[in-house]
Amino acid sequence: MMFVPGNNPAMMQDAFIYGADSIMLDLEDSVTMAEKDAARLLVHNALKTIDYGQTEMVVRINPLNTPYGKKDVEAVVKAGVHVIRMPKTETADEVREVEAEIERVEREIGCLGRTKIMAAIESALGIVNAYDIAIASKRMMGIALGAEDYCANLKTQRTPDGAELLLARETIVVAARAAGIDALDTVYSNLNDMETFRKEVELIKTLGFDGKSIINPRQIEVVNEVFAPKQKDIEKAQTIIAAIKDAEKRGSGVIAVNGKMVDRPVVLRAQRTIDLAIASGILKEEDI
Amino acid sequence: MNTYKERAGLIEQAAKACNTTVYKEKEVPNKDLTPRTTSLTKSSKVMSLEDAIRHTGLKDGMTISFHHHFRGGDKVVNLVVDKLAQMGYKNLHLAASSLIDVHEPLIEHIKNGVISKISTSGLRGELGRQVSLGLMKEPVIFRSHGNRGAAIASGELHIDVAFIGASSSDPMGNACGYSRYPTAKSICGSLGYALPDAQHADHVVILTDDLVPYPNNPKSISELNVEAVVEVESVGDASKISSGAIRDTKNPRDILLAQTAAKVVENSGYFEDGFSIQTGSGGASLAVVKFIRQSMIDRNIKASFALGGITAHMVKMHEEGLIERLIDVQSFDKVAAESLMNDRKHKEASSIEYAAYNEPSAATRMLDIVILSALEVDVNFNVNVLVGSDGIIRGAIGGHPDTAADSALSIIVCPLLRGRIPCVVNEVTTLITPGSGVDVVVTEYGIAVNPRRPEIAERLTKAGLNVVDIHDLAARAQKIIGDAAPLPFGDKVVGVVLNRDGSVLDVIKNIVEPTN
Repeated sequence: MMFVPGNNPAMMQDAFIYGADSIMLDLEDSVTMAEKDAARLLVHNALKTIDYGQTEMVVRINPLNTPYGKKDVEAVVKAGVHVIRMPKTETADEVREVEAEIERVEREIGCLGRTKIMAAIESALGIVNAYDIAIASKRMMGIALGAEDYCANLKTQRTPDGAELLLARETIVVAARAAGIDALDTVYSNLNDMETFRKEVELIKTLGFDGKSIINPRQIEVVNEVFAPKQKDIEKAQTIIAAIKDAEKRGSGVIAVNGKMVDRPVVLRAQRTIDLAIASGILKEEDI
Repeated sequence: MNTYKERAGLIEQAAKACNTTVYKEKEVPNKDLTPRTTSLTKSSKVMSLEDAIRHTGLKDGMTISFHHHFRGGDKVVNLVVDKLAQMGYKNLHLAASSLIDVHEPLIEHIKNGVISKISTSGLRGELGRQVSLGLMKEPVIFRSHGNRGAAIASGELHIDVAFIGASSSDPMGNACGYSRYPTAKSICGSLGYALPDAQHADHVVILTDDLVPYPNNPKSISELNVEAVVEVESVGDASKISSGAIRDTKNPRDILLAQTAAKVVENSGYFEDGFSIQTGSGGASLAVVKFIRQSMIDRNIKASFALGGITAHMVKMHEEGLIERLIDVQSFDKVAAESLMNDRKHKEASSIEYAAYNEPSAATRMLDIVILSALEVDVNFNVNVLVGSDGIIRGAIGGHPDTAADSALSIIVCPLLRGRIPCVVNEVTTLITPGSGVDVVVTEYGIAVNPRRPEIAERLTKAGLNVVDIHDLAARAQKIIGDAAPLPFGDKVVGVVLNRDGSVLDVIKNIVEPTN
């Protein structure tokens, strides 16, 4: 998910070309108070006029308890945004408030249920309530960590190995999995240190995250490289899936590959490997 | 019976047969008895600029020429034209290989009548703007580098006096774009664009800031072509002539364009051991070289030569053994200039040897792949590199049409949009490189292949690259940007664009500035 300031027309216009899976146009922290209205108008028009292809379009709104939050929801829902990202989410009630606001606008324009929600968790309270937040709305498609505010709240700072974020990261992944939604990791903002960035991406992949937030197109390649499944794993997954299809055809419930019984977690992992391979462009749908 | 006196009759007969006279001994022998130690550092050719100008017999209305190898640091053009103005010259035709921002003072000399006509490859900055607004009575004649060389050789562009800046020269006029002496003040490397002038101008004046002992060797320009050598304080500001280091672009869009262009090269069918390549000097073009380099290492492919404006990237690959030879009409940076000075496999080429249309041995004809940039490309693959989307002259033809037409595969790297300006359009503002020579256009929204090259489109598609119709690119740009208001062109022709064969390709009309 690539962060793009909502007050920069040139960046919004070009954001699509780098192949990020999702683009988050930001109305919150990257926009100063004086520019909130102008940015909202720009984002609204960008969503309506620019062809972002298959990219998932997300807008980070201002919190509802600011003078901008409700106007943000109205503008972006009307422009057809796929996902609204809530910043600094701490309780399930906040999610329900945003949901109500989205519903109001959707009813007005007759497209009930179109807009999904993603919640960014950026405080200790948010982490404690992570699961409640994750199941607060049927629109909730993912929860994400916002590390800078979280560290400030925790009275610590970020370190290269990320020890201070470990509990938050694990909590978010567990809550997301329990709720059946996606888990997204925080941004890494030192563009000149690609080595530490790569290590961080490797770490969060191991922890179970579905993806990473990025602030510059140059980071996309690293995330894709780390998350793309290895050729060996793809081949193994293809063998397993083929065996499953074969077993289904024969009406057999149990399958074996290379003499070993294949159980459900193995099949699920194989399917996820295939999905990732398709998402990374290594496999094409027709190859399956 | 065979004394000299007795052979007198035969000598006379032989003289008659040879159509000459019989030798007569002079009463006072014309022998120079001064010690020769000083002639290594002095000669009758060394004189002041004013004397040199008088010596050439320059008259009002004649054609003078300059090169642009000192780029943004050039001091020669302004120095000479100021002197000509001071000496009262009028109506001169200034034929430069190119003119850039630093030549803005010419505007005054056009207004006061010293310069009445310009031939060049390009115009930039305020000079370009003023010419576009109608500064000159006569239109500026624009030629590609290859065409300029050929036109000078054929006499179509006759040069009366060439003023050639050089980083070193001996007192006889053996000159080049670098100096091997500790007194060196400047370095520009190749003097490729000045070599046709040196060979074919009626009179040649060298201006140098490092007058070195005879013989200055190796040399780019021979003493045989030089009439006067002028020592000046500085031919150019060294820091603006060339930068020392390789600059890698960090612009993500340039990197994306470069990666895509590199993939086009790799899958084009021309990326084989012994291939040859030329690239431009823009951020994206430089980055292409970086990506191609990695593929060459991975696939164990070596290039036979790199051509053109030579950059530090090319030199690095040459020194790594990835490129066998460098053919250099213009050294883009200090690393390239120093390599030309020190490396025998780094060859200096004149613009004729580089790209002349009528020259069978022109290096561009031996070129597999050229990677070029563009201000605009249209749906017929025509390219504009000279006139901005605002109708103002702000670029240079350079070797664009020469390399596009002569190479086996020409690739234009160009963003679909520059801010609010669409770069893939229905019709280019000014036609510079005809689409017949343009094979592939790489944008961030997809790769368009000229329908004349279906085999290239097939190879790229097979490699999984995003090949699109150029009409779709133009439509996409139009959809994002909307319809632009027509440019406020007037009725006066301010520029004539010559094709590389000398025919007239297009004209540029004046632009009318809004009065509010």
